[in-house]
Amino acid sequence: MRFDTPATTNPIDQLKIVGKPTDRIDGPLKTTGTAPYAYEWHDVVPNQAYGYVVGSAIAKGRIASIDLTKARAAPGVLAIVTAENAGKLGKGDWNTAKLLGGPDIQHYHQAIALVVAETFEQARAAAQLVRVDYIRAQGAFDLASAKDSAIVPDGATPDTAVGDFASAFASAPVELDATYTTPDQGHAMMEPHASIAAWDGDKLTLWTSNQMIAWSTGDMAKTLGIPKENIRLISPFIGGGFGGKLFVRSDAVLAVLGARAARRPVKVALARPFMFNNTTHRPATIQRIRIGATRDGKITAIGHESWSGDLPGGGPENAVQQTRLLYAGANRMTATRLAVLDLPEGNAMRAPGEAPGLMALEIAMDEMAEKLDIDPVEFRILNDTQVDPENPDRRFSQRQLVECLRIGAERFGWKTRGVRTGRVREGRWLIGVGVAAGFRNNLLTTSAARVRLDHRGVVTVETDMTDIGTGSYTIIAQTAAEMMGVPLDKVVVRLGDSIFPVSAGSGGQWGANNSTSGVYAACVKLREAVTQKLGFNSAEALFEDGNVRLGSRSVSLAEAAGEAGLVAEDAIEYGNLAKQYQQSTFAAHFVEVGVDVATREIRVRRMLAVCAAGRILNPKSARSQVIGAMTMGVGAALMEELAVDKRHGFFVNHDLAGYEVPVHADIPHQEVVFLDETDPISSPMKAKGVGELGLCGVGAAIANAVYNASGVRVRDYPVTLDKLLSGLPEI
Amino acid sequence: MRSFTYERASSPAEAAAAASAEGAKFIAGGTNLLDLMKLEIETPTHLIDVNDLALDRIETTPEGGLRIGALVRNTDLAADERVRRDYGLLSRALLAGASGQLRNKATTAGNLLQRTRCPYFYDTNQPCNKRQPGSGCAAIGGFSRQHAVIGASEMCIATHPSDMAVAMRVLDATVETVRPDGTARSIPIAEFHRLPGDTPHVENALIPGELITAVTLPRPVGGTHIYHKVRDRASYAFALVSAGAIVQRDGTGHIALGGVAHKPWRVEAAEAELPRGAKAVAEQLLADAKPTQENAFKLPLVERTLAAVLAEART
Amino acid sequence: MTAAPSGANAQAGTGDMPSAVGEPAMSKVAITVNGEARELDLDTRTTLLDALREHLHLTGTKKGCDHGQCGACTVMVDGQRINSCLTLAVMHEGDTITTIEGLGAPQNLNAMQAAFVKHDGYQCGYCTPGQICSAVAVLDEIRAGIPSHVSGDLTATPQATVAELRERMSGNICRCGAYSNIVEAIAEVAGRPA
Ligand SMILES: Cc1cc2nc3c(=O)[nH]c(=O)nc-3n(C[C@H](O)[C@H](O)[C@H](O)COP(=O)(O)OP(=O)(O)OC[C@H]3O[C@@H](n4cnc5c(N)ncnc54)[C@H](O)[C@@H]3O)c2cc1C
Ligand code: SF4
Ligand code: FES
Ligand code: FES
Repeated sequence: MRFDTPATTNPIDQLKIVGKPTDRIDGPLKTTGTAPYAYEWHDVVPNQAYGYVVGSAIAKGRIASIDLTKARAAPGVLAIVTAENAGKLGKGDWNTAKLLGGPDIQHYHQAIALVVAETFEQARAAAQLVRVDYIRAQGAFDLASAKDSAIVPDGATPDTAVGDFASAFASAPVELDATYTTPDQGHAMMEPHASIAAWDGDKLTLWTSNQMIAWSTGDMAKTLGIPKENIRLISPFIGGGFGGKLFVRSDAVLAVLGARAARRPVKVALARPFMFNNTTHRPATIQRIRIGATRDGKITAIGHESWSGDLPGGGPENAVQQTRLLYAGANRMTATRLAVLDLPEGNAMRAPGEAPGLMALEIAMDEMAEKLDIDPVEFRILNDTQVDPENPDRRFSQRQLVECLRIGAERFGWKTRGVRTGRVREGRWLIGVGVAAGFRNNLLTTSAARVRLDHRGVVTVETDMTDIGTGSYTIIAQTAAEMMGVPLDKVVVRLGDSIFPVSAGSGGQWGANNSTSGVYAACVKLREAVTQKLGFNSAEALFEDGNVRLGSRSVSLAEAAGEAGLVAEDAIEYGNLAKQYQQSTFAAHFVEVGVDVATREIRVRRMLAVCAAGRILNPKSARSQVIGAMTMGVGAALMEELAVDKRHGFFVNHDLAGYEVPVHADIPHQEVVFLDETDPISSPMKAKGVGELGLCGVGAAIANAVYNASGVRVRDYPVTLDKLLSGLPEI
Repeated sequence: MRSFTYERASSPAEAAAAASAEGAKFIAGGTNLLDLMKLEIETPTHLIDVNDLALDRIETTPEGGLRIGALVRNTDLAADERVRRDYGLLSRALLAGASGQLRNKATTAGNLLQRTRCPYFYDTNQPCNKRQPGSGCAAIGGFSRQHAVIGASEMCIATHPSDMAVAMRVLDATVETVRPDGTARSIPIAEFHRLPGDTPHVENALIPGELITAVTLPRPVGGTHIYHKVRDRASYAFALVSAGAIVQRDGTGHIALGGVAHKPWRVEAAEAELPRGAKAVAEQLLADAKPTQENAFKLPLVERTLAAVLAEART
Repeated sequence: MTAAPSGANAQAGTGDMPSAVGEPAMSKVAITVNGEARELDLDTRTTLLDALREHLHLTGTKKGCDHGQCGACTVMVDGQRINSCLTLAVMHEGDTITTIEGLGAPQNLNAMQAAFVKHDGYQCGYCTPGQICSAVAVLDEIRAGIPSHVSGDLTATPQATVAELRERMSGNICRCGAYSNIVEAIAEVAGRPA
């Protein structure tokens, strides 16, 4: 189905099932421990052996020699894979560093061997016996020192300019020129990367934990140099990804190579202390923001530059993206620069670009509002734009940022805030509030599905879409139920298998809208198949209560399907509505924090997000997406930092005790409001993404609240108590 | 993790005798030892499980104090009525540590003996004098936000991570042991943990195979009991700085710090300054502090934490 | 009880060249898991977590970190919650273990499991079994009068306030960030408004 004109009324608009807060259909499996994750498929193939990965002890250099004698001789060892014996390997399109390193080493903990043994205990012990001699090479590990060597990266618009930023900024009556930094961050999803690989002749089956089935099937084929038709990837349950599982990673490649070497199925999970340096992370940024405005608060010049680093061949963190679209202003510029760093591979993490970009931009807006002596909510509203500021002919398909801000301010009690910093106190706590805008684009990609109707009237949806906690199972079931006019319990959803039609996959908050639109398209076809079979006029037939009705005729779907059943497959494909209209999602974040008068410990007390993100398909799971993102935002604002050892080039705090993410005690009750919105420009579902929006801006809202509470402006994340200690008044 | 044989000891003397063998180690809750064994930072070849030793009781001593068996779980110790009433500091310190699950397993002895959380100690690719004597110290000049600001050496700047130990230090606890030859001894807590000096791998006064049987507390001294733990994350995190204190009505008291040194940091002379306030106490406590650039903030933080403690004691 | 003698000849300490890993020492252990008596012959190195997941194929208990840092492996041993990754299976001779599978089944959810579904107290589901086991045990701990870090008065009987729940649940990390909903689910089971 081609989608190139705005959606009109369609069966989804009935909203009998779609749009209703719905318990997850996979909930009973998840809450009873019966949902199978990647490492848990004991029954699918017998005789599984265990692989344990050995990682490089240096960040850059070469392996001079590798001695496997002791490891080979260790009890239970079946095979050892290294670059020397693995045969020729390609590199996946989505990978920067090689997943099996050697002799060249590209980063710390790059995988250099897999030890396969009868048991996990044996594999782990034998892995410690692999002896490696390295020749170290000099590397670059510090973004601040590499900044001056950064270059213009290849690819999408590293530089943009409209009007004359330099002179507009220079002549602006009120201006801000500030530099912000965000640190490297880890996805730290709770399920470690894990895979089970089994070969049957030249056919490979891989049970893994992966967000993007088709990308990863393709990349695995490329890595191995085999046709992708020979690979089956299965990933129906994923214990979190956040971008860290968009790609094939070392667990998968090594399980596959290990299985080949050991001639047995092999399972591999990455050990937690190994994950942070072995896999990808969100790269650190240095961001310079300049804003010039008139005295009454109209932005006349806005400039945003960002520096990040990555391995040679890698890409930048696109932290300036939102600044091109979020606020009005005639004169604008953005610039993205990329330095070479020999740290582990930087790559996408939840809301790449916008998450760190808004952490900086939305502090800058707060600072600017203060300089102007304008309420920060009003300052944002004053600079709203309904068109793409770089191209005023392009309107936003929907843009309710102002409404988000106003409704949020009202609900949150923004008016009662203390404008002066450091003045509101409750016992040992200094109280402050902060606001920030949230922004994330709506991305459209082709997505296909197959829908079957059987003789019991059960609708089965098959698509390689994944559910990484996003609620895909449930919204897809809701979509199919609404389309076919059946109750939810008559729908079966099967996801995450490369034998199913290729979907959008889970990433970039594009999953929900695109995958359900693909299911919509397939259901439209299935409806046609049903009506055609019954000889109904398809335009007038009603699908209701498990029946198809036309006038006084009514046939149950079960009967319509008959013994043979009916099947339909289709994809949603987008025309150029996305070119004609800018499609984005918006939020306003409001946060209240307490800062301990004495120790400067920071605790979040209240959080509210108001979101405008198109139709909300399942308010229950959508809310969870938003609160989950807000929680991640608390981590980003207040504690998360992969600490770089700038001498040896690795992330030092590489476990979950060292890399602190929020725990229960850090998170108060969180409130989320979704504005009533449908976006017919986006898709037949009239939905947009929401899974990343909740993260966009929240970090800055917290930082602004800390400033409001304490009077100390921190521009280097995370905002930790030590940064609030200097230059403080006595207690 | 290397292979090891396993036995369950049935008496303290038998356990101590067995533990004097090369490569043998006790295991109690296992929450620290197994963590380190998985990374081959600890590599025992024989484990002696001491959980059957009936050292899990808390008894009142003839002097009116408490005798806490080495195997009393952190949860049980924190929840004991006598501890809550008379040694609130100890309850508070325990409850500020780790998580509910870990406290259910962690034992009194194991907690005292837990090893540092220095991330370089935990990474066997890195030089670490504590893990591998003579290899160097990667933390010096590296990421040292968590590390010691006082009492450290050129060989090691690690901290002792225990919260409970800080309380024990304030409470003047005594560690009771049995040595492999069967003889018992008592070690005052002040002499139990060591500073790193030239031998950071030697962390306490125990000799190989020496088994902790109990920790005893003197009779209660009254006063207000406070344990103030400062951390970025609200729970399930080690202290950046912590302060355990008993403050009396007249402003006198006892105080020790966690998160600043290789052992709970107490300077009796500094306690004389208590009535003069946090600044005076902090100055004495940290007189010879040598922080790194990354942890220099702990000095003002200690003073501020002490101020919070004294303020709380007044209310 | 002594495990079968092994050829273990690794030396203590961390020399440059670890000596060869010996043959695994095997040991028998009898435990009761979810009401069923189980007997296992295990490498002594096997954690309770791996015994459950890899030997008994009870994969409801999750491995998130294997180092006591996440709580995904939480199970109840003789009614108390622990991290099953930091305990050896052989140390549990005679113990009674309850895992998530022992609390309820998809067609027969227990109250806590049902409350998690109702309040959407999860997303990816990986931390969920640990959260649920922990939540059940937390309510027991409160009933047993065990204080917490946030209990105002140490000598008073603790209540199941949301502040108490949050502190006590902090050993269970949820990277999906379902905390707000999880606490609502537990509060409902505890019979209090969140
Ligand atoms: C993620 C995480 C967070 C934590 N957070 C904190 C925290 O915030 N604050 C805090 O204080 N602690 C914290 N801990 C540490 C925890 O308190 C310790 O792991 C625990 O107290 C150790 O006790 P155990 O009985 O399990 O010791 P084991 O692991 O059994 O033993 C530790 C050591 O003591 C020896 N040993 C045990 N018993 C005896 C005995 N009777 N005689 C002689 N030697 C003995 C063992 O041989 C071993 O060397 C944390 C741990 C983890 C994993
Ligand atoms: S501080 Fe101590 S424990 Fe840490 S690396 Fe240095 S020697 Fe090792
Ligand atoms: S797996 Fe046991 S605490 Fe993480
Ligand atoms: S539900 Fe994904 S980690 Fe908690």
